[in-house]
Amino acid sequence: MSEAQSEQVLRVDAYPTHEVGGYRVRAGKPFPFGANVVPGGVSFSVFSDQATSMTLVIFKRGEPEPMAELEFPEEFRTGSVFAMTVFGLDHENIEYGYRADGPYDPVTGHRFDARQVLSDPYARLIAGRDVWGVEPDRSRGYQYRSRVCLQDFDWGDDTPLRLPAEDLVVYETHVRGFTRHPSSQVTAPGTFAGLREKIPYLKELGINCIELLPVFEFDESDNMRSNPETGEHLFDYWGYNTVSFFAPKAGYAATGRYGMQGDEFRTLIKDLHAAGIEVILDVVFNHTAEGNEQGPTISFKGLDNATYYMLTPEGYYFNFSGTGNTVNCNHPVVRNFVLDCLRHWVADYHIDGFRFDLAAILGRALDGTPLPNPPLLELLAYDPVLRHTKLIAEAWDAGGLYEVGNFPAYGRWAEWNGKYRDTVRSFLKGDPGVTGELATRIAGSPDLYSSRGTSASVNFLTAHDGFTLADLVSYNDKHNEANGEGNNDGANDNNSWNCGAEGPTDDPEVNRLRLRQMKNALAILFTSQGIPMLLAGDEVARTQQGNNNTYCQDNELSWFDWSQVDDNAELLRFTREMIAFRGHHRELRSTSHPTGQVRESLGLPDISWHGERAWQPDWSAESRLLAVARCGTGDDDVVYVAMNSHWEPHDLELPALPHGRSWHLFADTGAEAPHDIRTPGGEPELENAGKYLIGPRSVVILVGRTPDPEL
Amino acid sequence: MPLSVSLSIEGDTTVIELAGELDAKTAPEFHQTIEKAAGHGTGTVEIRMAGVGYMASAGLRSLVFAQQKVADHVTIKVVGAIEPVSRTIRTAGLDRSIVLSDE
Repeated sequence: MSEAQSEQVLRVDAYPTHEVGGYRVRAGKPFPFGANVVPGGVSFSVFSDQATSMTLVIFKRGEPEPMAELEFPEEFRTGSVFAMTVFGLDHENIEYGYRADGPYDPVTGHRFDARQVLSDPYARLIAGRDVWGVEPDRSRGYQYRSRVCLQDFDWGDDTPLRLPAEDLVVYETHVRGFTRHPSSQVTAPGTFAGLREKIPYLKELGINCIELLPVFEFDESDNMRSNPETGEHLFDYWGYNTVSFFAPKAGYAATGRYGMQGDEFRTLIKDLHAAGIEVILDVVFNHTAEGNEQGPTISFKGLDNATYYMLTPEGYYFNFSGTGNTVNCNHPVVRNFVLDCLRHWVADYHIDGFRFDLAAILGRALDGTPLPNPPLLELLAYDPVLRHTKLIAEAWDAGGLYEVGNFPAYGRWAEWNGKYRDTVRSFLKGDPGVTGELATRIAGSPDLYSSRGTSASVNFLTAHDGFTLADLVSYNDKHNEANGEGNNDGANDNNSWNCGAEGPTDDPEVNRLRLRQMKNALAILFTSQGIPMLLAGDEVARTQQGNNNTYCQDNELSWFDWSQVDDNAELLRFTREMIAFRGHHRELRSTSHPTGQVRESLGLPDISWHGERAWQPDWSAESRLLAVARCGTGDDDVVYVAMNSHWEPHDLELPALPHGRSWHLFADTGAEAPHDIRTPGGEPELENAGKYLIGPRSVVILVGRTPDPEL
Repeated sequence: MPLSVSLSIEGDTTVIELAGELDAKTAPEFHQTIEKAAGHGTGTVEIRMAGVGYMASAGLRSLVFAQQKVADHVTIKVVGAIEPVSRTIRTAGLDRSIVLSDE
């Protein structure tokens, strides 16, 4: 007898005590929730406060009808938790769900219906949408099938990287869109495995954190719309419509059909970590795929509707998310659910952080009113398992709560800084009256984050939600007709400018200006204090043809076209060097907001503002030129960034430098490649030491350092 | 059909020969053999699968397990897998880290 077998023999809980429906069972452990493999069997545990009875429904994998229905004996219920261990199950080849019986009385919030088989909210795997885009058999009563998952992945010596927040360069992307395009040339396009093949590209680009659009199981086929012009079926491509919060999306895995999506995703994370890249997940706790009264019953609705959702006094769904329902995040039970879920992703998947979609909702009370001291946000901030993860809020919601700068942070939370985006976009366009606010934004938004430091600000100009960088400089208006909503969806306020022609053009002047505007945007983004975030593909001018809301477009509008890596090599090189430059200059990543205090080492202030004349910034409404010089604490270089959104060139008088230093040219977006940017450390010295002519709509970056005799 | 597993060493290669069905019931035996093979310190672990007529997801897990278990410099070769089995391996994307060979 092996050691493992003898240990099993000695365990009292390895033996059945009851027989239910022909299966040998015993009372399970209430915690942890979900289905867990235990000696000899599987322990199932599920919570429902108001259910009068609960039945475990077991299917042989893929079969339409159940192979067993096991009602939980009354003595298997602890509090409101039903727990049962079932012996002799082939856990790899079963699917399971629950039937919960109880009152159906929507006015009091209860929607029990024992005819429905419900997904386990804690299911680690879901079957039913195993391969992306395969039309589901909707005649089946149970669509999203819970599966048992072994947690036996060999992580080796992998641990989360714990990169300092201020050092991050975040790259926001979509698992499928990143490699689905045929040009990606990967073995398994559109999957975790495909993304894994592109790690060398990410590493060479220089990013050190990848932020993935939702990867929790969702149903890409739950969008019923079609493209009005082509008739093509539209998808729920982005996936902000979670079906199951603990399960990675099977359709994102080449191995989804074998139920190995968890391992494939873990392998990706492990390899990203080995390449020095953190993984942040975009998580959606504000609503679920169950929608409102008209929506499907998948899980929560049938298990404990009144607990999981915010309901009006009449029993209807509050809709602060704009998508039908609102998760009742500050209910103590739901708080624990969110916490358990995040702990699961950190402990079992080594995830480094989370970006919370419409996070302002997490601060609402049970009735929807904003809480002054939201317990869920505090809980997450101090949780021991989440302790070193990054927590980033999208600090607004569709119910009108806008908390950028005011999100309850508990010393931990960072925010997507929408004000940074709007200000820099407006400046790039050439709007008047922006230079003052631009200065505040590039200095880490001290008006918003004075007590939290610069790394509370995630700076971005583009994200999945809105124009890409190429479209920001190519379109004045959104062009969302392909979404089938009459161009009424998506943001109207884009602060975009088409540079003289709407959409693609052969005009070389317009195209040159667009390229320059993209470089200007990147130069400002990567020299701003705060955490920069780049939208995947912006480094190669990825276009969505003016569509600023491609949530439903699983096609070339959304996919990363890898032929652009060659076609737009100039912009890619510019982006790489800008990211590298940020890495070379600690003063750009300083966690404290600048104060203007003079650094003793160099005799210059930590930050100083300049205009055409050194030390004389022009804050007037018509000013479109601003230069900033930053100086670090040690023997760091001085970095001078001049930003000109004016359509005229300007002669810049440069501030004098101490200690034998002179100005060296790192980047000038007005110059033709390859002179538009240099390799950090390899900048040539300026010939005319005190002056520089900045071209129209250009950004110039200089480094004040001692000359290198080799150059 | 039960799985038969044999282990031998041929020069710098550890050979695992499998025959039968690789599924949840039989995979643990394969796991144990892989652990032994990983301890041998050869440059290649060759898994001969011509006799495997069926591979469930548990079998695929075993190959992932093998890939994780051996040192970085060790090559894992899957030899002689019949078409449905090798197709499964390719679809899973494992053919990038595991060498698939007909002979």
